[in-house]
Amino acid sequence: MATETHEAAGHAAEAAAPGMPQLDFTNWGNQIFWLLVTLVVIYFVLSRIALPRIAAVLAERQGTITNDIAAAEELKAKAVEAEGAYNKALADARAEAQRIVAETKAEIQADLDAATAKADAEIAAKVAEGEKAIAAIRANALESVKVVAKDTTAEIVAALGGEADANTVDAAVAARIKG
Amino acid sequence: MNVATEAHGAESGGLVFHPMDQFIVKPLFGGDTIAWYTITNVTLWMALAVVAIIAMMVLGTSRRAIVPSRSQSVGELAYGFIYKMVEDVAGKDAVKFFPYIMTLFMFIVFANFLGLLPMSFTTTSHFAVTVVLALLVFLTVTITGFVKNGAGFLGLFWVSSAPLALRPILAIIELISYFVRPVSHSIRLAGNVMAGHAVIKVFAGFAAIAAVSPVSVVAITAMYGLEVLVAFIQAYVFTILTCVYLKDALHPSH
Repeated sequence: MATETHEAAGHAAEAAAPGMPQLDFTNWGNQIFWLLVTLVVIYFVLSRIALPRIAAVLAERQGTITNDIAAAEELKAKAVEAEGAYNKALADARAEAQRIVAETKAEIQADLDAATAKADAEIAAKVAEGEKAIAAIRANALESVKVVAKDTTAEIVAALGGEADANTVDAAVAARIKG
Repeated sequence: MNVATEAHGAESGGLVFHPMDQFIVKPLFGGDTIAWYTITNVTLWMALAVVAIIAMMVLGTSRRAIVPSRSQSVGELAYGFIYKMVEDVAGKDAVKFFPYIMTLFMFIVFANFLGLLPMSFTTTSHFAVTVVLALLVFLTVTITGFVKNGAGFLGLFWVSSAPLALRPILAIIELISYFVRPVSHSIRLAGNVMAGHAVIKVFAGFAAIAAVSPVSVVAITAMYGLEVLVAFIQAYVFTILTCVYLKDALHPSH
């Protein structure tokens, strides 16, 4: 295969020798020799030094990234946990506050109710007392009216020239007051 | 060589075109004869490629930083690029060929780009170089194929999915295409690189005429941009074809 191409190219070279330095086969040996030297050097530099080094760096970077992501995940989980704890504490505090408020309200209500009942009882007692006094006064007043009426009737009868019969006057006054 | 340059000199009038002179192999330290060991411009530019590769892949990565410097990331990029290519195209078991394929890619890409420097010599524009590279790949692939699969490697030429009557014909076609691979593999690379450089030189020759020199400068710039692309693409193509051929050797079934 190779020799075929070389021969074919060789004929072309004779025809176009001044045109193409590529087809001047006198220097092929030189070029091939230096090419092989170059390739061997590059191959050893790459396979012994450069490629393992780059592979190691890439692997290390991949490892670092993986670790960092794992650490970040962990921190995120921790943050979520902390947030949960905070929310729970907040809810607890709120419930406690509400409980205290309700308790205090109930206490105040109880005090208030007791005070109201006591006040009501006192008021009722005062009212009863007052009513009794009013009743007494009214009875007194009726008595006085009777007396005054009898006296007045007796005086009027006397002034008219009659003689006042105490029993008659009493009966008449009693009948009037009743009516 | 000298005969060639003199021939050019004789035909030159006002316009001087020597588009191919840039490809002449010359001894670096005088003398006319080129023996196989003579230090030539080929030696110089190949050595520069080696130096550049060492600078990027060894010195650039010397700090082994977790957060890479610029040069280290370029080295890592090249590593990842070729590693992924070998793994994706040729399969997981081809990874042991990775240093070899990396060597080919790094040499070609650096030779191509160094060849784009003004006054430089492009080693990959020579068939002597690309034929050797392609033959190395061809031999590696063929030997690996037979070592790994024994006679089963010949199954590559016997298309079992085709009708029986067609198989002998297909076998001949497959066989021819298999042996044409190193030819196309080598000529594609050298041809592309050489053609681009020669065209740039031709445009540069036109720059001697004052009236067309602006056009010529624009054309050189455009061609140069194209050549920058070609320099990378041809290295890429050579490498990926190597991987494709290697896949045939490792998994010859169609």
